[in-house]
Formats: sequence, C-alpha cells, structure tokens
Amino acid sequence: MSMELLSEDQQLISDSAAGFLRDGHSVAAFRALREGGDDANSAILGDLAEMGWMGIVIPEALGGVGLGYRSAGLIAEELGRNLTVSPFVSSAILAGTALASAGGEMAQNWAPKIATGDALVVLAMDEAAKHRPKRIATTVSGASGALKLNGRKTFVVDGGIADRLIVTAKLRGDLCLVLVDPQAAGVARARQVMLDHRNVASLVLEDVAIADADILAQGRAAEEVLAQTLAAGRAIAAAEQLGVAKAAAEQTYDYLRTRQQFGVLIGQFQALQHRAADLYCELAQVSSLIAAALNALDADSDEVEAVTRAAKAKMARVGRQATEEGVQMHGGIGMTDEMNLGLFMKRDRALTELLGDAGYHTEWILRQRGI
Amino acid sequence: MDIDTFRSETRAWLEANCPADMRTPMGEGDICWGGRRFVFRSPAQKQWLEVMAAKGWTVPAWPKAYGGGGLSGDEQKVLAEEMQRINARPPLQSFGIWMLGPALLHFGSEEQKCHYLPQIASGEIRWCQGYSEPGAGSDLAGLQTKGVDKGDHFEVTGQKIWTSYADKADWIFCLVRTEPDEKKHTGISFLLFDMESAGVSTKPIKLISGASPFCETFIDGVKVPKDQIVGSRGQGWTIAKYLLTHEREMIGAADSALFAKSDLAADAIAAIGLDDTGRLDDPMLRAELGQFLVDEICFDAHLDMTGTYMRAGHELGARSAELKYLGTELNKRRQSLRVAAGGSNDLVWEGAANDAGQAAKDWLRSKANTIEGGTSEVMLSILSKAVLKLPG
Repeated sequence: MSMELLSEDQQLISDSAAGFLRDGHSVAAFRALREGGDDANSAILGDLAEMGWMGIVIPEALGGVGLGYRSAGLIAEELGRNLTVSPFVSSAILAGTALASAGGEMAQNWAPKIATGDALVVLAMDEAAKHRPKRIATTVSGASGALKLNGRKTFVVDGGIADRLIVTAKLRGDLCLVLVDPQAAGVARARQVMLDHRNVASLVLEDVAIADADILAQGRAAEEVLAQTLAAGRAIAAAEQLGVAKAAAEQTYDYLRTRQQFGVLIGQFQALQHRAADLYCELAQVSSLIAAALNALDADSDEVEAVTRAAKAKMARVGRQATEEGVQMHGGIGMTDEMNLGLFMKRDRALTELLGDAGYHTEWILRQRGI
Repeated sequence: MDIDTFRSETRAWLEANCPADMRTPMGEGDICWGGRRFVFRSPAQKQWLEVMAAKGWTVPAWPKAYGGGGLSGDEQKVLAEEMQRINARPPLQSFGIWMLGPALLHFGSEEQKCHYLPQIASGEIRWCQGYSEPGAGSDLAGLQTKGVDKGDHFEVTGQKIWTSYADKADWIFCLVRTEPDEKKHTGISFLLFDMESAGVSTKPIKLISGASPFCETFIDGVKVPKDQIVGSRGQGWTIAKYLLTHEREMIGAADSALFAKSDLAADAIAAIGLDDTGRLDDPMLRAELGQFLVDEICFDAHLDMTGTYMRAGHELGARSAELKYLGTELNKRRQSLRVAAGGSNDLVWEGAANDAGQAAKDWLRSKANTIEGGTSEVMLSILSKAVLKLPG
C-alpha cells in the first residue's frame, strides 16, 4: 500500500522488524504482558540492542549504527502495528537524539550504553497535562559547584524504569538539559500505568544536587538540542501511530470482507465501502508525509520543523479516524476487550498526546504563516 | 550523459531559450493549448512552444521517434526542477499529452503512433475527449452513441456531453458502441476522428462560473475510416479505463498546482486582520485554515512521493482514484476558504475590481472538480473494490 521507495537496506530493516515482532512481540505478546502486570517489557531491551535498533540513530562514533530516521521510522511502524511495548521511542530516539545532538563527554559516556541496552535514558519535559515543552517552571539554581534542581515533571515515558533522566529546566532564565540519576537524593518518582499499558512516571525534584558536568547543554545550544530531539520524537511517534492505525484499518477491511448481516457481506454496503476507502486514502497520504518528515530529518533540511509538526498533527487526526471507524464498523464486538481494536484505540490516544497533539502543532504552522 | 552534466546543460539551455515573458506566474487564460485554431497570446508564447517542441520537451518522457524527449525518469525530474527554478511555464498543455498520448503509446499501432503522437508533441493538433453522454455520466459504460459497420468505415451517430473545449479542438477521441450484440463493457470501441468531419457540431454549455469550458457534441452520421480505431473492436472500455487513470492523476495533481500560488494566509489577513495576540481575528476560520494547511502539506508530500514512484517506472492503476479524490476534495476546501477569507470582496462578479471576480469564479469552478473525470463517490467505489477488495 506504500508508494515510498525504500533502499535495499531499508527494505531489509522493515522486513526483519516485521518478522521479529510478529514472531515474539505481537499483539498476543502484548496481551500476555498485560495479564502478567508487566508494563515495561524489560526483557525486550537486549534483543532490540542486539539488532542495532537501540543505536539506530546514534552515530557509529558514539557506539550506534547510525542508520538514520527513515530506517528508525520503519521499525517504529512495526512496533505500532504489533503494539510492542519497548523503550524505542523514549530511549533510542529521544535520548539517543538528544545526546548525539549535544555531543561532548556526556554523549561519549551515555550514548554507547543506550545503544547496547546497558542503560535506559529518557526525557522528562512535560509539566502539565498537555505537551508545552517551552513552559518550564523547573529550575536549576545556586552557585557553580552547588547547583540544585527543583520542580515537577509529568508524563515521563518509561520514567518508571529509566536509569537516567534528561530533565529540561531553566538556569538563570536559559533553557538547560540536565542529566539526573533517579536514585539521587531529592528525586521522588511515582510510577503509573497508563491506558495503553505503558509505564510513565511523575517526578518531584527537591533540591537535587547537580554537578556542573551533569548539564548536557544550556542556552542556545540547549534550544537546538531540544528542537532536534522533539522533531525526531514527533516523526518517530507518528510512524509508530501509523503502524497502529494501519493495523486497525486492515483488521476492519477484513471484517467488512467476512461479516454477514441481512444475508449479505457488510462490505457490500456502499455506506461502509466509502468510509473504508476514505480511510485508505488518508492513510496513504499521511504515510507519504511521515516518510517525508523522516527523510527531512536524515537530510537535516530546513523543512524539518514544519514537516515533522505537520506529520504529527495529521497523524493524530488519521489515527483517530482509523481507530474510531474500526470500532464503529465492527459494531458491538469492536467494544469488547477480546478484539484488538480497543487496544489500538488506546495506544493511538496515548501517541496523540505524546509530544503534542493536532491542535498544538497546527497552531505552530498557523503562527509560522503569520496568522 | 551523467545526471549532473545533464543538469548543467539543461540549465544553460533553458536560460538561453526560455523567453522572459514565459517565466511569470500564469492564470488559466495563459495556458498554451495548441491546435489549428489556437491564437497565441504573445510571440514569446509561440517561440517557447516551438523551441521546446524541437527539443521534444513538450513531452519529455515520450520516445524521440514520436516527437518526445526520450528522457529517463531522473532526467525528467531534473528538467522539471530546472524549469521550476526559473518559473518557466509549461510550453504546452493538452488532453493529447495527458490522456490520448499515454493511451496511444500503450494500445496504438505503430502507424498510429508515428502519425498522431508528433502532432500532439508539436502542439499542431488539439484533442478533445468524447466520453460522457446525457444518459451515461457516472455510469459511463452505459453509453449509446452508435457506430454502424459500413465495410471500410463506421457511421457514427449519437450525442456526447461535457466534452471539454470541443468547440476549440481539432480531433476527438471518442467512445462508440460498435458491437450492439456484445455486453455493456465489451461492445465499445475507441475511435478517433476529425471535428471538421461532416455531421459534427458543438454547442458550449454555460456553467455556474460563467465560463463555458464544456460542450455538447452532436454526431450525426459521421464517417470514421476503420484505420482510425485504436486497439481492436470491443476493446474501447479497457482503453478508456487506462486513459481515465491518467486523467485522474492529471486532475488530482493539476488542481493543486494551478491554485497553490494563491496565498490563503495573506488573503485572510488582508480581509480580516489580526487580533491583539497577532492571530487572525476569526478563530473559526483560523482553525479551519489550520487543518487545511496541514492537509495541503500532506497532499503535496503525497504527490511528491507518487511522482518519484511513477518516474521509477511504476503505474498507479486504480490508485489514480486516490489522487483524484484527495486532490479535488482538497481543492474544493481551498476555494471555499479563499472566498470565506475574502468576504464581500470575493462576491464581486463583473468589472475591473478584484480581478473581475476571479476568486468567486474559481470557487464555483472547483465544484466540478469532484464530479469531472469520475465523481468522488465513483473514486471511493473503485478503491473499495479494486484496492481494498471489498465485495461487490
């Protein structure tokens, strides 16, 4: 169904991701995790690292494989399709991009560990229920050598299992990114299970001691690192959401081909055919947009900001359409926990909120156009 | 020749040969359609057509033997980029290029290709499309125009409707029922004939936009020699369907290209103004504009991806319906937003003010986008059956 042309390497990655996840980390595996009360699936980390996925966007010089965002997007799409619980977005993409983009000693120390799966590093950005990464009340204050971190963070994805947190804060009014050990004195973290059965954490940071060397970037440099990190996260989250939406849509098309009512297959009803075909068209075009966003990241083009935001905004709308139409066209059975549709709907909802919804990114595009 | 050399040579050639007047934004009235009766708007327009046709670059993808440029996919992309770089206008646009040409390349005899294709490439002959009939709109295969076998020719009688620019065209490619005993879809043949043939007459249809781009075409006992059939007898529907995929790609892509230049944001600011926070002083319209802008970025990315896919040698087939559906629905939204932003300025209809009501006319014209070449509903039905394999 895709019209994007893949290189041989990319096709290989896509195929191996599909095979690996289908065989051991499918929706059935997700159900088993949920039954067992496991919201982290830590067992998968070793496998992801072994396949090079945890270092997919980390350059070889920092211990990664440096295959880029287009390839990472293909993996994310398969993770979405299979509802696989993994720290791919949180650690491999967000923290991986932040560290690779910041460079320096901290990147030398931590990026290789992310790539090998020896450490989980995640971002702590949001402070309220909606993603507004620029609204930061968390501060780093005090004299050099005696810095203290204070504030609150919420919706820290994989925050419950992370080994290190990259926290956004203000230092004398400037943005800074600080590496924090969640075990350090003054860090209180509350782990929560969300509707998509993923763990997130809320953090209360009280006078957490920060060494100068813990500051990954500050000022203009931190702004650039964060912009790059958010752009990468948006595009990859959109790619995962695309996988979720495609899986929901395909299950729905199948149902239309097989379910009988009134003595006929319900797929014969034009009212349903047209809605299914409209969904298909939307999925096709958002698929191209997400590919364009990932290509823009790989090419480091001037369009990165706009096209990753457009991709996240559009995918939020199409994801909702795919999952809502899926439940509606299935009828009553679509409401049951036994069907996968509800699982897709929940994951879709969470991915929409992660890193900003349609309204948030559409607003940016409007402002960019001067209106 | 390697692609970088091709690029630098193309750039230099365009720089030397594209007249300055052909590097400015164009309106619908500036399109060069070609044909025996076409009146050039300027000497530059004529010169631009002639030099491009001599290179084969009016139809860069067609083989050189038929008047084309014989360019590879990569070279076509470079030529398009280099033309875009200097805002060069397309030297020639026509149904011959978009629709009949691809059908002849696929289904025509060698004699037909050698005869008809160069005339299209040079802009010498302008073609129109005889498809719809008063009783055969969405149900196109229900067409009743008859072609009676008279030995060396068919005698064709019937009526076509929505024939774009029939009154300006030189020849017509026409669907005709030549096999009355065959089933609906297998009784149709694809015939070519001169619009100056005895028995052909046309009558423009005035539309809600005030323009008359479409005609009724009356065909009364027209003699069509048998060598003017494309493909075999009864194969017309197969050819028509193939050709419709090209028409749909064209409509889906062209609506976006033709109107993308109009800057909705600037229009809205001019008419409505900004509030104290620097936002458009109309939150509802602004929200709608925001969704539209995202969808426009999305469709542009999809067109771009599709273009690359096709230049790599893939055919879109039934998926042309997807482009047609998305592109035309988007354009209708674009035109509705444009007049909503323009307010009473865009109610102007006559006189010199506000570009003689172009926005209102474009808005009305756009309503046909989701009808012509197959309605949105027909597109969705095609996709649900051919692509999603939903039961008939």
